[in-house]
Amino acid sequence: MSAVGTVVSSVLLLGGAALCLLGALGLLRFPDVLSRLQAATKPQTLGLLLILLGTMMRLDFEDAATLMLVALFQVITAPVISQLVGRSAYRAGVLRRDVLVVDHLGSRLSENGTDSTDGADGAGPPPQR
Amino acid sequence: MTTVFTITLTLLCVAGVLTLVRLLRGPSTLDRIVAVDVFIILIVAGAAVYVAVYRDGANITLLAAVALLGFVGTATAARLAERREGHR
Repeated sequence: MSAVGTVVSSVLLLGGAALCLLGALGLLRFPDVLSRLQAATKPQTLGLLLILLGTMMRLDFEDAATLMLVALFQVITAPVISQLVGRSAYRAGVLRRDVLVVDHLGSRLSENGTDSTDGADGAGPPPQR
Repeated sequence: MTTVFTITLTLLCVAGVLTLVRLLRGPSTLDRIVAVDVFIILIVAGAAVYVAVYRDGANITLLAAVALLGFVGTATAARLAERREGHR
């Protein structure tokens, strides 16, 4: 492996780990679920992608291709998780209104009257637990 | 190169500890779900660094499996937590 490749791989690995640390710091410091969700996307996408790229540079082609699959999968699934958690937080009402800058979903819901994103759940009697 | 790996793994470990603090403190279930998801990502990142250290392609399947399980688990937990939090 060339010296340039080693340096680039090292920079990618260190940058990815630094982003993971920054994301975890934000996860600890931010005030409510939605802002923590935003901090969580740093390790989820760019942090992991940089680390996977740095690893790929040290492997041969077949292994690098499989790692590319992991990276692709991560990029596809991270927004899905963010959307699910964010919607759950909104509908369960655990987010803090005083730190919310804009609320598009709220105005949409007040126009329609009810939450019609999917109507199957949420209307039944509270479960015993 | 060994120094780079040591620094990388140290950063990931510190990040893991911070995430675990958030996981323990909550306060809501959704906060914990986000923390668990980030922790799984950190595990995948750590395993990727391990692969880079030993240049051993045998563990890449493990990376794919953990990332996939993390997605399924987090998505399911988020759906369930919505109902639980909503009726609190």
